[in-house]
Amino acid sequence: MTKQVDPDRPIEDTKIFDSEQTQLGYRLNKFAMSMVKADNREAFLADEEACLAAADLTDEERQLIRDRDWRAIMDDHGGNIYMIMKIGAVIGVGLYQIGAHQRGQTYEEFLATRNAAGAR
Amino acid sequence: MGKIIAGIGTSHVPSIGVVYDQGRTREPDWKPLFDSYTPVKDWLKEIKPDVAIVVYNDHGGDFFFDKYPTFAVGAAETYPVGDEGWGRRPLPDFPGDTDFSWHLCNELVYNEFDITVCQEMAVEHGFMVPMHLCFDHDPDWPVKVVPVAVNVIQHPLPTALRCWKFGQAIRKAVASYPKDTKVVILGTGGMSHQLNGARFGYLNTDFDNDFLDKIEADPMKLTELTHQQIMEDAGAEAVELIMWLTMRGALDGPVRRVHRNYYAPMTTGMGLIALEEAS
Repeated sequence: MTKQVDPDRPIEDTKIFDSEQTQLGYRLNKFAMSMVKADNREAFLADEEACLAAADLTDEERQLIRDRDWRAIMDDHGGNIYMIMKIGAVIGVGLYQIGAHQRGQTYEEFLATRNAAGAR
Repeated sequence: MGKIIAGIGTSHVPSIGVVYDQGRTREPDWKPLFDSYTPVKDWLKEIKPDVAIVVYNDHGGDFFFDKYPTFAVGAAETYPVGDEGWGRRPLPDFPGDTDFSWHLCNELVYNEFDITVCQEMAVEHGFMVPMHLCFDHDPDWPVKVVPVAVNVIQHPLPTALRCWKFGQAIRKAVASYPKDTKVVILGTGGMSHQLNGARFGYLNTDFDNDFLDKIEADPMKLTELTHQQIMEDAGAEAVELIMWLTMRGALDGPVRRVHRNYYAPMTTGMGLIALEEAS
């Protein structure tokens, strides 16, 4: 059978959202998914600490959210971008800002790499 | 009888929806994208499909990883506009056709596609962006819809060939529908893009243009692509493109291209192809 995903050919600077990643990131992604409900967004904005304390997260995961450490969430803790960006949505951090952080750049530096950065 | 009259491949980039809602479609960096859909909108107004089957992936609009179906088909009277975390978008809900949907579900399962049947299903950008790019809503949508969600985000994903065969099974199901019904099928997502890791923003316009060539003229070649090849060449999230093969698999034989466009302003190759059967 042809290998659909080949572990012998890791792709540089890339995490493939596979069985390992989705198990690793389950709590963080589930917390992020909860932000599709307006009540949860309001609760987060009103008292982030209380919201984090009530969530099924480890202390390390709570700290990653406090730190807005998108890069670590994505690289080392199983974050799924489509879920994690829902946390960003609550606090006004967009996909491209999360992307710039993952690349280790400022937002402005990242935008300068695009073909037509007005299309955002 | 049911008949597939057209197939459209299109990206479903969420920022297109934001800009559309904000009325910013004439801004210089956005105009080329929105203008490119005008011929497709006009063509659809001419050929007047009754039903749009929209093949897309749910990005945490309604489904989560507690239960994430490989193939899910809508069978609801109405599909509400979902809240993906930014609040509800100002779009009308989407009308379903339960009779058509249940026919499709029955035929697909008996043709060995064990889909999840959804009697409640909120739709999200993967579905909605292609809809408002291709159709006006004044005030309501001019077609009934069948949302078809495919897992292209949590591996293991269905293979490219499986997505193609799914399209063939959809074609067969539509052809056996007893009522005269004209169907357009949209395969959405991609093109090249990557949203995770330091490779965020990776684009490959050569890959994308080659994919546009082949989806029209040599789609079987694309069914040979592994997820690994697509991710290496076009970015991890470009695997969404396998959903275009479901659209293409639902068209039979040679096709006539009605329109094609490509634009890559930010982080995603935004592709568009509109096809009809050559006959």
